[in-house]
Amino acid sequence: MRRLALALLLLGATAEARESSFALMSPETQAMQREDSANPGMLWVEEGRALWESAGCSGCHGDVAGMRGVAARYPAFDGAPIDLAGRIAQCQEARQHRIPFARDSGEALALAALIGLQSRGMPISPPDDPRLAPALARGEALYRERRGQLDLSCAQCHDANAGRHLAGSSIPEAHPTGYPLYRLEWQGMGSLQRRLRNCMTGVRSEPYAYGAPEYVAIELFLMRRAAGMALETPAVRP
Amino acid sequence: MRRTGSAPSRRMPSVKAALLVLLLAGGARAEEGMPSLTGEPGDAARGRVIVTSRQRGLCLLCHAGPFPEERFQGDLAPSLAGIGARLTEGQLRLRLVDGRRLNPETIMPSYYRTEGLVRVGPAWQGRPILAAGEIEDVVAFLVTLKD
Ligand code: HEC
Ligand code: HEC
Repeated sequence: MRRLALALLLLGATAEARESSFALMSPETQAMQREDSANPGMLWVEEGRALWESAGCSGCHGDVAGMRGVAARYPAFDGAPIDLAGRIAQCQEARQHRIPFARDSGEALALAALIGLQSRGMPISPPDDPRLAPALARGEALYRERRGQLDLSCAQCHDANAGRHLAGSSIPEAHPTGYPLYRLEWQGMGSLQRRLRNCMTGVRSEPYAYGAPEYVAIELFLMRRAAGMALETPAVRP
Repeated sequence: MRRTGSAPSRRMPSVKAALLVLLLAGGARAEEGMPSLTGEPGDAARGRVIVTSRQRGLCLLCHAGPFPEERFQGDLAPSLAGIGARLTEGQLRLRLVDGRRLNPETIMPSYYRTEGLVRVGPAWQGRPILAAGEIEDVVAFLVTLKD
């Protein structure tokens, strides 16, 4: 694992400088993300703050400020690879014995946005846990596998053609730095899994169900690939 | 391939000679043409509609071309302007049907292939991106793009 991490680091060092798709956005959209008063994602954060108390998170965790750094080191390993949304659901289910908020429901996004905000500006720091290695390798394989009727892989767009234009859209490098985020096209907040599903249906392939281990594997790979980049949650995207 | 000096072309039947010229010009890519999928000539006007449609042809996601009314054109691929002067009808058809036969790494989808695909969404399973007649329409249109 150490060797894998080192190889990845070296790879990162020799590759071109990485860039968040923030850099590809218009000045207006950038301003929207930069100024909390203009960022629609902050509405979800506020809802998350209320839920932190009312849903009982504070009972175990105290002030949400204690969550600083947490979002920067997910997915983690707990019997299986688990993403931050999965951890929130697990807390609700196993410790609070209640039905968790559905993935990508307003409540789940609100809590994830609130927790993500606590790490805003911090470098993405994937855990160096050898038990994650198989899922990490699976994630990379999924990223490189061609899929769908259009027979395209993530890598073909996001590595080979990043910065170019797919019709009117700039193709970003696909860094998971801003999630959950507010997307103007969605007119709402969405998770990384929602984004991945959009890309999958874009190439006319069948997306996995929300919460599927494939998404966690891809996220693991993307987080590793983005290691050291600053977290932006809640970001804004066109 | 037989390339013995300068004389043989005189004894060769004309079809073979033409083939040889093609081989010499195109090297390994000489056989890259493909005959009509339907035996019917395509309709260039319908082809233009397909090429510029974001739901059917998808071409302008990646390519630009001489379509001033289309605002958003891609820059992932060579321009389609003048493509009818650069490639023959058969060559154009092959690139549409399955460009991977020429370049296995290409990002251009194979428009008339249903084999070897992974996790195709239910709405698209078992059918190619374009039907044979639509491919012929697109080819008929592309050959008109002479400059
Ligand atoms: C045909 C091109 C294409 C393919 C293939 C593709 N994407 Fe994307 N992806 C895009 C575009 C374009 C965007 C920018 C959003 C937009 O404008 O629609 C994007 C956005 C993203 C983002 C969001 C980045 C951000 O800053 O928010 C991620 C993450 C991502 N893609 C991951 C993937 C993964 C993983 C796959 C494979 C399962 C994939 N993409 C396949 C074109 C593609
Ligand atoms: C996802 C991207 C993509 C889409 C969609 C796409 N192409 Fe292409 N196309 C390419 C690329 C890239 C090339 C360059 C050749 C290569 O990659 O080997 C190419 C090459 C070609 C060529 C040969 C160009 C030359 O100069 O030799 C033709 C003709 C062509 N495409 C026509 C079309 C048409 C017509 C459509 C739609 C029906 C289409 N393409 C859709 C990416 C695409």
